[in-house]
Amino acid sequence: MLNATFRVSYRDDIKLFQTKLVKFWILAFFVFLILFPLIFDRYFIYLANLSGIAIIGTLGLNILVGNTGLISLGHAAFVAIGAYTSALCITRLNVPFVASIPVAGVTAALAGLIVAIPSLRLRGLYIAVTTFAFGFIVEHVIVRWDAVTGGPDGIALPPASIAGLGLDTDRRFFYFLLVMVVVLTAFARNLFRTRIGRAFVAIRDHDISAQVMGIDLARYKILSFSVSSFYAGVAGALLAGYTKFITFEHFTLHLSIEYLAMIIVGGMGSILGSIYGAVFMTFLPEGIRLATDLVRDTYPLLTTRFAALTTVVNGLIIVLFLVFEPEGFYGRWKTIKAYWYNWPFTY
Amino acid sequence: MERPAMELLEVKDLSINFGGLQALAGVDFNVREGEIYAIIGPNGAGKTTIFNLISRIYRPDTGEINFEGRDLLAKSISDISRLGIARTFQNIALFKHMTVLENLLLGCHSRLRADVLSAGLFYGRAMKEELKAREQVEQIIEFLEIEHTRKKVVSSLPYGMQKRVELGRALVSEPRLLLLDEPMGGMNVEETEDMARFILDVQEEMGTTILMIEHDMGVVMDLSDRVCVLDFGKMICEGKPEEVRKDPAVIMAYLGEVSSAGGEDRSAQD
Ligand SMILES: Nc1ncnc2c1ncn2[C@@H]1O[C@H](COP(=O)(O)OP(=O)(O)O)[C@@H](O)[C@H]1O
Ligand SMILES: [Mg+2]
Repeated sequence: MLNATFRVSYRDDIKLFQTKLVKFWILAFFVFLILFPLIFDRYFIYLANLSGIAIIGTLGLNILVGNTGLISLGHAAFVAIGAYTSALCITRLNVPFVASIPVAGVTAALAGLIVAIPSLRLRGLYIAVTTFAFGFIVEHVIVRWDAVTGGPDGIALPPASIAGLGLDTDRRFFYFLLVMVVVLTAFARNLFRTRIGRAFVAIRDHDISAQVMGIDLARYKILSFSVSSFYAGVAGALLAGYTKFITFEHFTLHLSIEYLAMIIVGGMGSILGSIYGAVFMTFLPEGIRLATDLVRDTYPLLTTRFAALTTVVNGLIIVLFLVFEPEGFYGRWKTIKAYWYNWPFTY
Repeated sequence: MERPAMELLEVKDLSINFGGLQALAGVDFNVREGEIYAIIGPNGAGKTTIFNLISRIYRPDTGEINFEGRDLLAKSISDISRLGIARTFQNIALFKHMTVLENLLLGCHSRLRADVLSAGLFYGRAMKEELKAREQVEQIIEFLEIEHTRKKVVSSLPYGMQKRVELGRALVSEPRLLLLDEPMGGMNVEETEDMARFILDVQEEMGTTILMIEHDMGVVMDLSDRVCVLDFGKMICEGKPEEVRKDPAVIMAYLGEVSSAGGEDRSAQD
């Protein structure tokens, strides 16, 4: 291999960005991201912000589902717990928005721990059912406990700010989210360079063998649930701070499924996959809208049925990915990368 | 001249049944520090079950297992590795979506300590111990001559190579007792010879005590210091390989109907 890189130390070998070329592209990409709000209009920035929040939630779900192999249908519940914790901290206790984020994360993580305990003896579908039930319980509590959650009316929040600087425009929020996404992506990436991330994947691949390696299944499953829920909680806090209004309707089973769709489309168990999936699924409705606009004159019906069309296309994409590309966009990307890396050799 | 050997592993009166099927009935044996001890016997005799009991995957009906004087039955599966026991499986149990490197690093798991926060920040202890673990893994990679497979996903490797990687994963934890379940099972002649050489090197260079299950009689006779024969969950004979080979009960168990005179020769090459 002509262009394979030789590395002289183990430290080099486990570096995040391995070659100058990779570093260059990463840098170029960041320049693009920094210019993004200056180039695109408000609506695109809005979608990008939703993607950023989705990326954080998806990173969390992928740790649990993709890496540890525990299926969750209740991710939205942890997002909700984060969102309501943050909203209550801000509106009732006068906690600054930024400080409410870690509180939201930790509260969601504790909830994750509590859900994990009854799930320890369960496998596969049964865990899906417990988390599914938990999702309904949380939804129910939010609707009924109106003294705290505002019931069906939800909670309105004041505009977020950070150290006196208002995060009141989409553009400012974009930069704030960019930092959050970078920090949380790096954290997840690091986790999988160490014993903890490896233990998660070991449990997914062969749980008996994992135990023989000294991995305490219960401890690591609880840990995986907690880390996953922490990310969900942070995503919830960010969503509350960004949209300035939350109600139970934002956190139904529909959201849990959407998160699952993101990791399926992006790539199970891959951090890049979480990012691809979150961005793709967030921008997808916009893509569909553009497509229907193009054919508006020939098929006027499509535009009026836009909502239904989006749901159908969403569902279709999940099914197509499951059937034809189970490794998602990330799998595709790996294949292409391997091809160019070894080019002109075939393997 | 034999020096008085210390008993590393003591198994006493071990019994287990699976829904009425008596898989082991009162098995006793000791493994001494530094030796290669082999368990042989026909299929279904209960050999793998012994390993699963030592690993604490199964719980025995009766009996005791002591390792370095500690009661293993008071420990749970995930404690065993930290006590200094590692194993391989008859049907390879690698983490099949991971690379060779990651599989071997998992062998270090019980020696690493980093908590979530330092792991996620990859700072301080986490980074230091990961680099050290990598160094240890590289030594095993070199020892087993698997440098070229380092970054390959294990499921893409040929069977014999996977067996070697699994041995590596067990060695990385620097065990004092190594349990090998049919390490040569399903291998061709060349792979078998390689594996035999590695096993002897592990015993001699690393000073590891080895408890081995093996079907290939030739291998057992060449490698082991002592052998025990298991048949229908009972130990029918124990001793040096050359003694065991001559034992009429063993010949019966192993070769079924074959007469003892002819059986002796057959068993030597089997
Ligand atoms: N988990 C189990 N459940 C039921 N029966 C088992 C189990 N494990 C082993 N057995 C039975 O115990 C007997 C011994 O099995 P094993 O120890 O695997 O034999 P071998 O000597 O070939 O390794 C066999 O009859 C097997 O079917
Ligand atoms: Mg067996």
